[in-house]
Amino acid sequence: MTKTILAILAAVLAAGAARAQNMTPPDVLVKQVTLETVELIAKDKEIRGGNRAKLIGLINDKVIPHFNFVSMTALAMGQSWNKATPEQKKRVTEEFRTLLVRTYASALAAYSDQKFDFRPLRAKPTDTDVTVNVRVLQQGAQPVPLDYSMEKTPSGWKVYDVMVGGVSLVANYRTEFNNLVRESGVDGLIKNLSAKNRALDGK
Amino acid sequence: MRVIPLCFVALLGGCATVNGDPRDPFEGVNRRVYGFNDKVDTWVMQPVARGYVKAVPGEVRDRVRNFFGNLADPFIGVNNVLQGKFQDGFFDWVRFGFNSTIGLFGLHDIASDMGYEKHNEDFGQTFGRWGAPTGAYLVLPFLGSSNVRDGLGSVLDFYVDPLSEVRPYRVQYGLWGTRLVQVRSDLLDASRILEEASLDKYVFQRDAYLQRRRSLVYDGRPPRERDVDTIPPGEPK
Repeated sequence: MTKTILAILAAVLAAGAARAQNMTPPDVLVKQVTLETVELIAKDKEIRGGNRAKLIGLINDKVIPHFNFVSMTALAMGQSWNKATPEQKKRVTEEFRTLLVRTYASALAAYSDQKFDFRPLRAKPTDTDVTVNVRVLQQGAQPVPLDYSMEKTPSGWKVYDVMVGGVSLVANYRTEFNNLVRESGVDGLIKNLSAKNRALDGK
Repeated sequence: MRVIPLCFVALLGGCATVNGDPRDPFEGVNRRVYGFNDKVDTWVMQPVARGYVKAVPGEVRDRVRNFFGNLADPFIGVNNVLQGKFQDGFFDWVRFGFNSTIGLFGLHDIASDMGYEKHNEDFGQTFGRWGAPTGAYLVLPFLGSSNVRDGLGSVLDFYVDPLSEVRPYRVQYGLWGTRLVQVRSDLLDASRILEEASLDKYVFQRDAYLQRRRSLVYDGRPPRERDVDTIPPGEPK
């Protein structure tokens, strides 16, 4: 009996260790996902023709699994996050995620074969919170830095903020979110976000 | 006794509201100017920029962008030198030298292909590098997001702009107009994304502007800010 338990335990531990070893490093992950997504879009006539639903589907499949939306929402809400009930937290996260996916889709739809410069990762192997730097090169203008803030989780490295040209996405939502929470509570924020999402759906 | 100077500061702030953002004491006026600019943009600038993108091939628009970008490089270099970044400043002039000659009056950005990257500098950033605070956030008529520091910087930028030397005036205005349309056309996607992403466009654009300028002053490596989460609303961040 003990032997069986030990064997199972050993197997589980080994599997866990193997997974930890297989965890794709954050900079490699960003490069893989970016290049794969851009290539899929380039090959897809419908997406290039403006099929937004299909583009959002592709983002949901390929990109979204590598984002931690709970962290993103908590950071964007700042101090208001702790005032929210678990149910409210769930709702805000869902609505914010819908909005961000759509924004991401718009950004990708605007992409036109600019070159990426994937910078080497400056981090220690023991770090659990890193920034992956990518630069988008363009004709006659300064390259635009894209910085992914990533945290290590049991299910791999996850993005919890994106900085575009030095502008943090989650920090940029903080004032808006806090203003809404101050005016009409967390429910007001949820209502506002879902109204925004529905208005965009109608477009 | 300490209350009196505080009241004085509040008076200077003018129309600051209780819930107002301390970085934006003139929010009331700014929002009105923003509304005006937004109308001008929607009804004039955007249609013109869209027409330009439709009518002019991307290859030609690249040449136009390069041409104006090249004219800006010498003073980008001056600003780098003023900020103590002598090597960057030197490379900006190298860029200008190569692009103006081999690059045919700047139409081709061959310096970038050679590895001399373009920089983004202006007098507002130089003042920031010297330690000048941003001052209040301002929305300027027609020009858009700014602040006291960057507004003063823009006056100097305008003063040294090579386009203001061009005569006759007809040609000068033509060049200003072309550059304006080129710049606006490059921002068409960004402004659409802003429209979609924001709940309150004014706030979203203001915060993005302040973050962006801060990042530029530190050339993309700003020091960490105090964690704004721990500060109650209404207090300075």
